[in-house]
Amino acid sequence: MPLLQVDDLTTYFHTRNGTVRAVEGVSFHVHRGETLGIVGESGSGKSVTCYSMLGLIPMPPGRIERGRALFDGKTDLLGCTPKELQRIRGKRISMIFQDPMTSLNPYLKVSTQIMEPLQLHEKVTKKEGLRRAIAALEEVGITEASRRVHFYPHEFSGGMRQRVMIAMAMITQPDLLIADEPTTALDVTVQAQILELIRMRQAANKSAVILITHDLGVVAGMCDRINVMYAGRLVETGTAEDIFERARHPYTIALKRSIPSLGQKGKPLYTIPGLPPDLSKPIPGDAFALRKGIRSGGKYANVAPPLEQVSETHWVRASDCELPSLEEVLNEC
Amino acid sequence: MLRFILSRLAQSFAVIFVVITATFFLVRLAPGDPFSSERRIPEFIKQRILEHYGLDRPAIEQYWNFIRNAAPKRFRPDRIFEEDPLMSAFGINLGPSFTQARTVNQIIADTFPVSLELGFWALVIALSLGLTAGLTAAIFKNSALDYVPMSAAMVGICLPTFVMGPILALIFGVWLGWFNVSGWFLPQDRVLPAVTLGLVYAAVIARITRGGMLEILSQDFIRTAQAKGVPYTRIVFKHTLRGGLLPVVTFMGPALAGIISGSFVVETIFQIPGLGRQFVQSAFNRDYFLVLGTVSVYAVLITLANLTVDIVQVILNPRLRFED
Ligand SMILES: Nc1ncnc2c1ncn2[C@@H]1O[C@H](COP(=O)(O)OP(=O)(O)OP(=O)(O)O)[C@@H](O)[C@H]1O
Ligand SMILES: [Mg+2]
Repeated sequence: MPLLQVDDLTTYFHTRNGTVRAVEGVSFHVHRGETLGIVGESGSGKSVTCYSMLGLIPMPPGRIERGRALFDGKTDLLGCTPKELQRIRGKRISMIFQDPMTSLNPYLKVSTQIMEPLQLHEKVTKKEGLRRAIAALEEVGITEASRRVHFYPHEFSGGMRQRVMIAMAMITQPDLLIADEPTTALDVTVQAQILELIRMRQAANKSAVILITHDLGVVAGMCDRINVMYAGRLVETGTAEDIFERARHPYTIALKRSIPSLGQKGKPLYTIPGLPPDLSKPIPGDAFALRKGIRSGGKYANVAPPLEQVSETHWVRASDCELPSLEEVLNEC
Repeated sequence: MLRFILSRLAQSFAVIFVVITATFFLVRLAPGDPFSSERRIPEFIKQRILEHYGLDRPAIEQYWNFIRNAAPKRFRPDRIFEEDPLMSAFGINLGPSFTQARTVNQIIADTFPVSLELGFWALVIALSLGLTAGLTAAIFKNSALDYVPMSAAMVGICLPTFVMGPILALIFGVWLGWFNVSGWFLPQDRVLPAVTLGLVYAAVIARITRGGMLEILSQDFIRTAQAKGVPYTRIVFKHTLRGGLLPVVTFMGPALAGIISGSFVVETIFQIPGLGRQFVQSAFNRDYFLVLGTVSVYAVLITLANLTVDIVQVILNPRLRFED
């Protein structure tokens, strides 16, 4: 039984300018201890997928239209009471956010913030909480932790703050860590360190991780399985090998061709032409076919393309789109 | 922190000194003099009066004399309101009044406690009402508990004290007969003036509180707190309040100045023997020393208020603490 089983998750934002269909019928699962990557470009619904599961969607305008997120085979995160969800958040499922500069409370000491999950969920004393907070900071490689635990967030650099976030998220040894683009806002030199740190803390706690990123290069070395999202839907899901060696969907292929580290040296980098579609209009068929510069046979212009099984682990959404060649893309620019 | 306070204190002294100096010369530049009233005084008598008060001397000499008399010379906190200038708390002598039989020290000693009490109650009303309404509105955003107090606040902001005062006096004084419409004798005489003076600020504080709280509640770190499983009440009071109230603290500088100096309207409406009326009358009468005395008191109060606000801001906002 998977740790988390999400079925048909659908989240819309009902705004003044229409209904934004941010996440549409997304299903996936995460096993204990494994790492699932969610990739897709900006606006594809990666964050909304994860926020929906933790009840972090601002409502209104957001609304979870349908779906189920069964955690640990018992609790439906989308249907349980706020009290139950509160007990799970920060204790069994933790989250790290994209921007460490704004994700820590500037008005509270780091010690107060790190200890908070322990005080809320494990009812530890202040002294014990502080001891564990210092230990947690040491575990994420912050030196002089017993002094710096009393600092305010602005006294740490961006990379250090993300370490603090990781320490805070991991302090209760959660079963699942959701990391929403944990390295996007950071200097390239610290990106690798932060990813390595997440991997180490994951191994130490035997937690499962959902790693959200728009960079396939980041997930390459880290994830067991990968979900590729486009315009609020899953377009391909499979093991890391399925995605990196046997990708089927043209969007996945295009994403892969645009990773600098996987391309050949000296050759110009592939870019996906066009822009993702406007999610405030219903998309009856293949969303990728709507992209400017993408040719399609029109088979899925008005019918939703089905998710087809390729192998036991590998699923692909049907598409008759064709990627333009590198020369065509370069000519466009 | 100590350095910050000391430097602000030095600045405050400089400001007070500049205000007093400017006032000294500006009242003398204004046309007319203290003794140009409707009734003509024979020239030789006027000359005698001017001589008596030292007003026939060059301005710079008068200024020097004033500063010397007004400078604090001792510190006896137990004698703040002592009337005899030579015995008073700081040994400050603000000189005579030309229009009243009391010295300026005596006038201030008589009237300032009244204004201070009025201002205090107004502040209590402004803060308690404003903060409660603003916090409720922010917590129950887009509900009746938001719309009703905020609409009331809008009305409160639009009504100036000189309209609000008579309206309140009419309703609660004349029609309902709960309070006297003027005077400052019974404890309940404080109610209407304090409410009149406090309501406008309560309204502004309510709006600023709501805005500040909502601003913080929309920040990323609130989402982090939610993701940690922090209950909503704790999010509001532990994670939001500090930052959310900062704009209110900032506003308290001008608000205190407004309550202090705006009290003269209320003092006039409700016939309260406060310092505000002395201030206005002294300016009309060109009662030089009384003008200077009242201005000095206001300058000290307002700089003190601003100093306190600055310090509270630094205490609330850790990011300010390390910038010098
Ligand atoms: N509060 C909101 N109100 C309206 N629309 C929203 C809101 N939050 C998200 N959306 C919409 O939902 C869609 C998906 O957003 P989401 O944040 O999940 O994208 P993402 O894949 O995480 O992108 P990024 O890489 O930029 O973080 C976007 O089109 C966005 O405009
Ligand atoms: Mg995102």
